[in-house]
Amino acid sequence: MKPLTSVLIVEPSEIIVEGLRAILDDAGGYNILSPLHDVSLLEERLPVIRPDLLVVNPTLLGQNPRMQLAAIAAQHPKMKTAALVYQYVEPEVIVCFKHVVDIRSTRSALLSLLKTALNEPAEIHRNNDTVEDYELSDRETDVLVLVAKGLSSKEIADKLNISVHTVNSHRKNITHKTGIKSVAGLAVYAMIHNLME
Amino acid sequence: MFSPRMKMADIISANHNVILLLPRFGIPLGFGDKAVYEVCASANVPVGFMLLVCNLYTFDDYMPSMEELSTVDMTPLVPYLKASHCYYTDERLPHIQSHIANITERMDSRTGSIFKQFYADFRREITAHFQSEEQNEFPRLCALQNGQRPKGLGKKVSSKSHSALVDTLDDITQIVYKYLPANTMPEETIELLFDILQLSSDIQKHALIEEKILDPYVSWLENGLLKEPTATSRPNNPKKERTAK
Repeated sequence: MKPLTSVLIVEPSEIIVEGLRAILDDAGGYNILSPLHDVSLLEERLPVIRPDLLVVNPTLLGQNPRMQLAAIAAQHPKMKTAALVYQYVEPEVIVCFKHVVDIRSTRSALLSLLKTALNEPAEIHRNNDTVEDYELSDRETDVLVLVAKGLSSKEIADKLNISVHTVNSHRKNITHKTGIKSVAGLAVYAMIHNLME
Repeated sequence: MFSPRMKMADIISANHNVILLLPRFGIPLGFGDKAVYEVCASANVPVGFMLLVCNLYTFDDYMPSMEELSTVDMTPLVPYLKASHCYYTDERLPHIQSHIANITERMDSRTGSIFKQFYADFRREITAHFQSEEQNEFPRLCALQNGQRPKGLGKKVSSKSHSALVDTLDDITQIVYKYLPANTMPEETIELLFDILQLSSDIQKHALIEEKILDPYVSWLENGLLKEPTATSRPNNPKKERTAK
């Protein structure tokens, strides 16, 4: 049960947002989070919703887009970012993005571009060398969701076809990475991070 | 270790958390430079019991022996524990809830309501835990103290359930400072965190009192009264525990 790729769109035009949403929904495998219309709430929302992919209109970025993007990337090393372009954007802004989605591109070109962005390995940042890897692995996420649903380790083991011992070791890692020990707390973590269907 | 002839004020200088215990004993502030035994005498509190609690609150590795416990007047034990419960359920838990209500009001409604529900569930759980102690263990202890022989076996206060409650409190703080959206009322969020951390450390000490004083004392009384060798060796009565919730 691989979780959907969560996508946060930051774009003022509802027509563009809905168009992109329709294409991604059609393609399947994407979970479109409630879009933002500007970047004012972006930094606040990102740690909570932790999208896999951020699609942002570069004209919304502030005075120093490179710094702004670098700060976001440092805090969310696993998140991929793509620019969403349909109007003139300063060249110095556009070069800050590795991936640029042009809304005039075809449906298949758009989807393959997003796939390329998502498959890119996470960038290693120089300033995070003291932080342990706290991101949950896919398997840990699977276990977390089942713990949050109230299943026992035995039930989770049966469901995922792994041993109870392995489930318990995943649970230990989940608690170590998140700092949360109680089942109720883990359920809250899973809900806040949009891991529950 | 604190002793009866020490100044009350010196004990508080050594451990300011003792201030929280005074209202639970009915000891008012304004005791000047009086010694502990004098302050206790004017408030009609047995000084031995008061010091037992202050020592447990202050010295982590303090473990009173049974001989020590048997010389202490334990009449204030149940009133003290009830007063602590009251302080948690009537003062701290609602206070924390009002902070949470204020903070979550500014958040997106989904995250806010998830977090509010988490706290509400915790509050219900801990209140039920205290109620179960008050309805089951405490009356049983009072009966034993009055020389009556209560029917059946008592259940010891489970240290496991205490640590589960403290774990949940820790989880609440972790979620607040790590995962809730920042920038929504930072000052009040920090107040909330300190309130929860204070409550958590108080409840941990409270659990110690139940585990290091209440449980051995009950066993000791049972041994004296019931004279049944198995009566104290069985850890608990799961059936009773289930119906208590």
